Amino acid sequence: MKAKTLSLYRDRRIDAARARELRADIEEFNADYCAVLDTGDIEAWPEYFTEDGIYRVTARENAELGMPVGLVYAEGRNMMHDRAVAIARTQMFAPRYMLHLVSNTRVTAETEAGEIEAQANFVLLQTLVEGPSTIHMAGTFYDRFVRVGERLLLKERQAIYDSTVIANDLVYPL
Amino acid sequence: MYSTHAIIDRTPRAKDAELAACRWPEDALHTIPDWVYTSEAVYDQEMEKIFRGRSWSYVALEAEIPEVGDFKRSYVGATPVVVVRAQDGTISVFENRCAHRGAEFCRHGQGNATEFVCPYHQWSYDLKGNLQGVPFKRGVNRQGGMPKDFRNEDHGLRKLHVATRHGVVFASYCADMESLEDYMTPEILKDFDVVFPGKRLKVLGYYKNELPCNWKMYHENLKDPYHATLLHSFLVVFGLLVAGNDAAMIADPVHGRHGTMASAKKEDKYAAVSEENKKEMRSYHDGMRLRDDRFLEFVKEFDSPWSVTMQTIWPNLIVQREMNTLGVRQIVPNGPNSMLMQWTMFGYEDDTEEMTQHRLRQGNLMGPSGFLGLEDNEAMKFVQEGVRRSSTDTNIIKLDSGNVGTSSSLISESAIRAMYSYYREVMGFQAA
Repeated sequence: MKAKTLSLYRDRRIDAARARELRADIEEFNADYCAVLDTGDIEAWPEYFTEDGIYRVTARENAELGMPVGLVYAEGRNMMHDRAVAIARTQMFAPRYMLHLVSNTRVTAETEAGEIEAQANFVLLQTLVEGPSTIHMAGTFYDRFVRVGERLLLKERQAIYDSTVIANDLVYPL
Repeated sequence: MYSTHAIIDRTPRAKDAELAACRWPEDALHTIPDWVYTSEAVYDQEMEKIFRGRSWSYVALEAEIPEVGDFKRSYVGATPVVVVRAQDGTISVFENRCAHRGAEFCRHGQGNATEFVCPYHQWSYDLKGNLQGVPFKRGVNRQGGMPKDFRNEDHGLRKLHVATRHGVVFASYCADMESLEDYMTPEILKDFDVVFPGKRLKVLGYYKNELPCNWKMYHENLKDPYHATLLHSFLVVFGLLVAGNDAAMIADPVHGRHGTMASAKKEDKYAAVSEENKKEMRSYHDGMRLRDDRFLEFVKEFDSPWSVTMQTIWPNLIVQREMNTLGVRQIVPNGPNSMLMQWTMFGYEDDTEEMTQHRLRQGNLMGPSGFLGLEDNEAMKFVQEGVRRSSTDTNIIKLDSGNVGTSSSLISESAIRAMYSYYREVMGFQAA
């Protein structure tokens, strides 16, 4: 019996000193990104992406099978904006707190043009009105960043979650 | 954490009724008692009489197991099964339980195998579930081993009956089931065949989630066109389903257990809603517009008057066609208060790259983060908590009262009544 799967492992293709230097920037970016989501300021979330940024949330099962589907599938900041507005203003769901913990940041590549390939693990905790804080999802961000002026922006974020069976739903983005 | 988000998690004894205490309220057609959603005894009887009774359960798409030896883990009711393509090209479905000591031997979600070997004592089975090998069957040094009368053919895996239609695989515990086509009825088959015309499918991926609600609620939700125009502001604002659109709630005319919720979108992307209807819909947001509305585009690829058909095929399958986003959803019951949903999203093998992208974009409507999907999941959780923890015990289904089965109005609960009329008969529940 064997499963037909792809490996998600990425080699580090830049030297350790440069990776350490960039890692500080990426960690700062992720801390800011998560602060926005964790305080519920979802309409500010699309600003962390480039205009043509790609954002996909999908199960590790799909990623390893090479399947393209997304739990959330956004092509461009406008689609993210539409989702953010829908969640903030029109969608019906029970109130909740979300809390991201991000660690194991790796910077794996940097191009001549300054595009950075990086990844980081996340744990997403969810707290509903009546319950305990639960581990809602665990997984890895696979990212590509670009610099626009002084700021880093996401050109692509693939949020790949290990949590095979989601508890009911995922309301806010990862 | 699953189905235990609530602190007050105990089901009161009155809601966890024994079968003898389960009497349907007097006006049976227009009421649903809470115990259908909350009783362990009722749930156990459903597994026996419905999922292991006279029914065809969805288990897989053929596109997931195209080659000899390809397999997929699946479920019939809450029972884990393996779906596999054998050397002769036929599909077998058997329980994921070694005939020896009961181990669930198949642990991968999908893959390819030449045989199945239970890791515990390495009993091996062929791709049709027949026992092939028992290590040390004759013992060692003439000691031990199986008795002489042990015959491999008496100890295969528990096999289910299998039927397929246009690439969709169903299984049943019942030996003398009617054909799938008779089971579904022509009225339901018609829209099923629109999605599955026999073209080769391309699987785009999976979602899996646990819904803290009874499995029947999922059927009811898709036999309840009333909620669609009220709960889902997305449908309303963008004209995907508005009270007043051409729509139908079709129930199968033989048993009333299957359904098709169908509607036809107007040409415009955004809805024109009359002032009178607006007043009825609190979730309507006037003037709401998207910055990127590509995902509302409807490519007319089907020969059907409907832009949307959501089919409930008893007891565990939903066929989803929401414009161009296609999927099947497999219901896996998980006790009275919980169910698993396994979504398989797909397109067709001859789709262009652009069409695949379009389906993926439109997929934002569906699934555990979908604009529609997440609201349904939340609402059904609210209902389960309400029926389980309250002191009252009856639900009212009086919209379009008296009508049972198909309805041309969206403001109707006639298809839910049809489903529960059938359910009472199968389960042997009498009205008080």
